[in-house]
Amino acid sequence: MDEEVVRERDARAYEAVHDAADFKELKRRYKNFVVPWTIAFMAWYLAYVACNNWARGFMDHRLGGSHINVALIFGLLQFVSTFLIAALYGRFANRKLDPLAHGLNAKYKRERRR
Amino acid sequence: MNVLLVPLAAEPGNRTLTISLFTAVVAVTLYITWWASRQNKTAADYYAGGRSFSGAQNGLAVAGDYMSAASFLGISGQIALYGYDGFLYSIGFLVAWLVALLLVAELLRNSGRFTMADQLAFRMKQKPVRTAAATSTIVVSIFYLLAQMVGAGSLVGLLLGVKSEGLKAAVIVLVGALMIVYVTIGGMKGTTWVQIVKAVLLMTGTVVITFLVLLKFNFNISDLLGSAASKSGKGESFLQPGLLYGKDLTGQIDFLSLGLALVLGTAGLPHILIRFYTVPDSRAARRSVQWAIGLIGVFYLMTLALGFGAAALLNTAKGSAVEASKGNVASPLLAEAVGGGADSTGGAILLALIAAVAFATILAVVAGLTLTSASSFAHDLYANVISKQKPTEKQELRVARFAAIGIGAVAIGLAIPAQKLNIAFLVALAFAVAASANLPALLFNLFWKRFNTSGAVWSIYGGLISAVVLVVFSPVVSGNGDKSMITGSDFHWFPLSNPGIVSIPLGFLFGVLGTYLGRDKSSETRYSELSVRALTGAGAEGAAKH
Repeated sequence: MDEEVVRERDARAYEAVHDAADFKELKRRYKNFVVPWTIAFMAWYLAYVACNNWARGFMDHRLGGSHINVALIFGLLQFVSTFLIAALYGRFANRKLDPLAHGLNAKYKRERRR
Repeated sequence: MNVLLVPLAAEPGNRTLTISLFTAVVAVTLYITWWASRQNKTAADYYAGGRSFSGAQNGLAVAGDYMSAASFLGISGQIALYGYDGFLYSIGFLVAWLVALLLVAELLRNSGRFTMADQLAFRMKQKPVRTAAATSTIVVSIFYLLAQMVGAGSLVGLLLGVKSEGLKAAVIVLVGALMIVYVTIGGMKGTTWVQIVKAVLLMTGTVVITFLVLLKFNFNISDLLGSAASKSGKGESFLQPGLLYGKDLTGQIDFLSLGLALVLGTAGLPHILIRFYTVPDSRAARRSVQWAIGLIGVFYLMTLALGFGAAALLNTAKGSAVEASKGNVASPLLAEAVGGGADSTGGAILLALIAAVAFATILAVVAGLTLTSASSFAHDLYANVISKQKPTEKQELRVARFAAIGIGAVAIGLAIPAQKLNIAFLVALAFAVAASANLPALLFNLFWKRFNTSGAVWSIYGGLISAVVLVVFSPVVSGNGDKSMITGSDFHWFPLSNPGIVSIPLGFLFGVLGTYLGRDKSSETRYSELSVRALTGAGAEGAAKH
């Protein structure tokens, strides 16, 4: 087949998928997860950086009689939140994004064959 | 708590053991390379390992690519010397992976083929965009590569207990020659397996040392921290922020700037980005980032134990081996100490093991960087810009192999005279350029329909040039006494050592300006195609079938 013809056929198939209601839903779900969580983890991280700079008294506070202080706990919580958000996103993507994406992918293949 | 005394250099007997283990590492990696070379047939094999690695395998390789000797030896060393503040790098390095996971990895996997530029070139004019993206890919990779090679020279000297400029140069040439062999012969498949082996070695070695350190303190973290604090001579402030960063307002803004570059740089590092092309689909790309986050996170938590363990168990005072090496030998000497001390067999074996792990780490990271630069040169510059007609796959791959040799030679040539450069500075600069030049272009391309060719070109060059220029006129280069690279004259006017807080917003701003000034709207038409492909994987490159 001529390269130009293939290109046009693919473009039509992409257009068809782009106009599908499922694609709008996929986009909506992706954005609704990614935007708030990105803002949240960036704010949480910058708060940690800022506290290291400007909240030394708070950070230096020791827990009980131990050598463990707020600064260390705050740092470790960054690890915990990163692990959690990564797991949450994986679960969300597997359940809410992948099924829609697979359906749309199949639609693209069907459209290309037309 | 008994205090262990540590000699300044490894004993000659131990040196034989260390060298044998180094040789074993080289032999294993060369065998992997030879094995991989027999499976490399197509461009997808050479550039992307046939896209047939599983999520877990690629996750290990990503971790192996990311955990450089700088983080293994550097971060634990910084903690050993500066306590809590040494830990701060690793937090930015880890949180950064959420940017890669949520915004970049899967979409890039679906919409690109071999290089970072592929993703931009999807809806832009090929030549200008590929030239810009290849330039920043090669610049970032060379900075990073220099950091690793300069580190390798001094590190191997320290680990073998030999202080000679000639040896350092010889080590750099050896490391450079090995990475050229891995990349030209093994391609992405060989490089990936070298990184997987390295990640397993590094994790195993670190787990063993961490376990032995914690055992010495009966798994009481508070005791470990307390001994580290009292042994450091700095008391409780050793466990608090402030020994290294944020001494005054400039320092505080500088720290914020560093934090931004660390958290936004990772998702713009070309050698990390091309790793996502080695898996069959976006789901596997997601799994690889999750694996990488788990491995890297656990690793950084262990460096905390290593760093404070070194502070508690080793001599880190002024004039000690740890202090003289800027902390870089803290982990190997700690391994020796928890293995039973300098004169014990256990100590000698653990020291040699950790030294070999560090060596494997360097080899795996430099191979990944050389492959990235060579791929971008051949696939972006040669095939789409320099060559008058589209080269065949075979011709392009031949160019990639020659490019690997060329880049390797350049890196060797630059690394030998660059011995005096600060490694952390080179790494931080690579992150700053990645965050300022690459990330804005990638994100705009994926999420902003109006973005166009001139926007992409402006944001890449704008971010790249602002980051580099700000560093040239920063106290890192001149005007900070002995700590600057140039001590004779002072031409600095930018107060911060880290350019990120200015250059990252500039990268985004240039992207917006370029887009509106460029007026070109042709790239909008293919945006719907790009977004469909990025989100659904429709039409994405599949795994190679053999």
